[in-house]
Amino acid sequence: MSSVATTPRPSRGPITDLLTGGSKRTRLLWLVLAGLVMFSLVRAISGENALTSSSTMSAALLLAVPIGLAALGGLFSERAGVVNIGLEGMMILGTWGAGFAGYQWGWFAALIGGVVFGALGGLLHALATVTFGVDHVVSGVAINILAAGIVRFLSELLYTDNPAGGGVTQSPALSSNPPEISVPVLSSGPDLLGDLEQRRWFLLSDLAGVLRGFTSGVGVLTILALLLIPATYLLLWRTAFGLRLRSCGENPAAADSLGVPVYRMKYIAVVISGGLAGMGGVFLVFIAGIYRENQTNGRGFIGLAALIFGNWRPGGLAAGAGLFGYSDGLQLRSRSAVVALLLLVAVLLIAVAVWQFLRRKLVQSVLAVAVAAAALAGFLTIDVLPQGIVSFTPHLTTLLVLSLASQRLRMPQADGVVYRRGEH
Amino acid sequence: MSILRRVGLALFAPVLAVVVAVVISSLVMAVLQVNPFDVFAVMFDLGDTPSQQVTAVVVIINRAVPLFLAGLAVAVAFRMGLFNIGVEGQYRLATVVAAGVGAAVVLPGPLHVALIMVVAVVVAAFWASIVAILKVTRGVSEVISSIMLNFIALGTASFLLTGPLRGSPEGASIISTTKIGESGQLGGLNAIFGALGLANPPRQLYGYLPIAIVVGILLAVLLNRTRFGFDLRASGLSPSAASASGVDARGMVIKTMLLSGAIAGLIGLPDLLGTTNAYTTDFTAGLGFLGIAVALLGRNRPVGIAFAALLFGFLDRALVPLQIADYPASVVTIIQGTIVLAVVVANEIARRIAVRAAERGTAHAGPPPLAGEGGAASTPPPSGPSGPAGTDVWTGVQA
Repeated sequence: MSSVATTPRPSRGPITDLLTGGSKRTRLLWLVLAGLVMFSLVRAISGENALTSSSTMSAALLLAVPIGLAALGGLFSERAGVVNIGLEGMMILGTWGAGFAGYQWGWFAALIGGVVFGALGGLLHALATVTFGVDHVVSGVAINILAAGIVRFLSELLYTDNPAGGGVTQSPALSSNPPEISVPVLSSGPDLLGDLEQRRWFLLSDLAGVLRGFTSGVGVLTILALLLIPATYLLLWRTAFGLRLRSCGENPAAADSLGVPVYRMKYIAVVISGGLAGMGGVFLVFIAGIYRENQTNGRGFIGLAALIFGNWRPGGLAAGAGLFGYSDGLQLRSRSAVVALLLLVAVLLIAVAVWQFLRRKLVQSVLAVAVAAAALAGFLTIDVLPQGIVSFTPHLTTLLVLSLASQRLRMPQADGVVYRRGEH
Repeated sequence: MSILRRVGLALFAPVLAVVVAVVISSLVMAVLQVNPFDVFAVMFDLGDTPSQQVTAVVVIINRAVPLFLAGLAVAVAFRMGLFNIGVEGQYRLATVVAAGVGAAVVLPGPLHVALIMVVAVVVAAFWASIVAILKVTRGVSEVISSIMLNFIALGTASFLLTGPLRGSPEGASIISTTKIGESGQLGGLNAIFGALGLANPPRQLYGYLPIAIVVGILLAVLLNRTRFGFDLRASGLSPSAASASGVDARGMVIKTMLLSGAIAGLIGLPDLLGTTNAYTTDFTAGLGFLGIAVALLGRNRPVGIAFAALLFGFLDRALVPLQIADYPASVVTIIQGTIVLAVVVANEIARRIAVRAAERGTAHAGPPPLAGEGGAASTPPPSGPSGPAGTDVWTGVQA
């Protein structure tokens, strides 16, 4: 989330320098370490082992991948200057495509089917925004409405009297599941990490839980999906193709004058974007082993939020996807553990309050303390949150994180601007 | 430009869009081996007896009323270049709270209805104001925040329905709030059918219809005949020009979202006050999203939105007959979705044709008209060419 601040700044005291100064890597390390300590603290106080258990972590990973893929799709499209609100619709198309191909020909076909369906959605978006010059958000919204209609229509037509099963809102089950692996010794066989996790030691067990979640029964495709993030970075920031693509999002007129085929680049980017969003849908289908209507449940939008949170950078969006995947995984694993998040919020906000107080910003500081007190009171009085409230944990997290973090972000210069050749 | 041409240009895009949508969905149906002509025959078959036909018309109008309000709510924000995608959450949360409050009190007739309306309007406006405040103070895109708030609103509504506001007994298949008392219900308007000499249908025409019409007229006046409306449209056409001429951009965002949310609060009430009298688990959903489509099709003008709402009401009426005739009812959704996409494309094409016509006109007539020199803040003619919502830029300047 911080890639712009590269100019050296004057020293703001030794503690501030230690925490925020230094190289990006040191800062990141501090952040991760502080986060882990805080989580184990909250886990130990609240006794909610689900907070850092390996099962929550593997659920978080499973759910972060679709969000991350949608965000990655958004990255391609928005770096080329096309805002893609239609990610949700392309993801919906992807889930349907995966269900349709998967129940007939197995998991690999499901992957292909989902990507192709998502890419078709992307092609439609490209046609509307690039060729016809329609407003990007309007086209995206239209695609979301249209995609929901198309999948319902297709299901109604193909699944209602299907001997293989399925119905108006779901496909028959996939005929095969994608392969999984566990890292030997650590997470299978002797299962050293699992053993350590069960001991409930402060920090160590938490670390073991996190590691085991990421190493036990992980899908091969999940690993490949994770590798797409560095691959995307290399493609977009280290190749001529990537430079051209990004130049279309920063200054299309200049790119055009230098011989970059702007329309074609935008088409390629948006189709890739749809394919990646569709792939995100495929992973949702893999989790359930079946296509169900409304399986995406707004994850395309959350992916878009992860992209914005990540400042339109691959690393940042991966962090955002991880955060939202975690809150999603937690609310699915344990409704009572979500209450423990309130304690976490309280601790975080008290830290913010101290920070703001030191910077002589009293109003913000008092506000943070007040909210922290409310969160703490909530943690102490509430046992289990009702289902309706728990269900929107990831969305509320998204909203809170965005409202705290969206100040220093920089979107591609010409993002969302309709480019017509010769009119600029 | 002659009146005929202006009307022609204004009608060109929506009509083209509907035609294209019908053609595309026919092709889709044909590919999937469903006879499109049979489907359209079912859609246009309103019934055999006069009573059935009037009933069908009542169903269409009753569906069009909430769609019209939803379209207005979205359009107000669109006119300022704001995307209020949160209409869905705003009206659902407002309706459940209004149903709870309405059931809890007993007041004399009109007052009771008025209280329910006020509660709904306030709740929805409050919910929309969160979006505006986040945008103004924290720079959060209203698209993302309103979508997230949709999920939060739906979750909260379901919590309120199953928790504090629950009125149905434990174990009932449909959970609902307590029924609103007699005084808080709005009677039908079926007396007009008698006055017009038509058959009296078994279904009640919503008594909410006049309220919706009044809201539409008030909004048209507000947008076209007041300072606030001018500022709002100017901000949508060119934010920089508007703020240069002294419009408080941040204030306008908050005021517009409050207005949009307030109208959104009214969307659920026709059904609540007219038929269900309680908020239930299967209360009409999706009106907020359809409102976006209706607003786009109606080109963000109240009159256009009324026609678009009637068209969508007509399409939605066909859902049940299609199911009875064993056709995939989601054809309706496909047509609606295609209309949206087709209308935005058609709007863009219409805008370009208008620009080209203006260019040709100026080439013959010498220097461009003075209106073009007023900068981007100059308002377009009321029914003049315009792009899709949000990018509604009057391009007379370039001509």
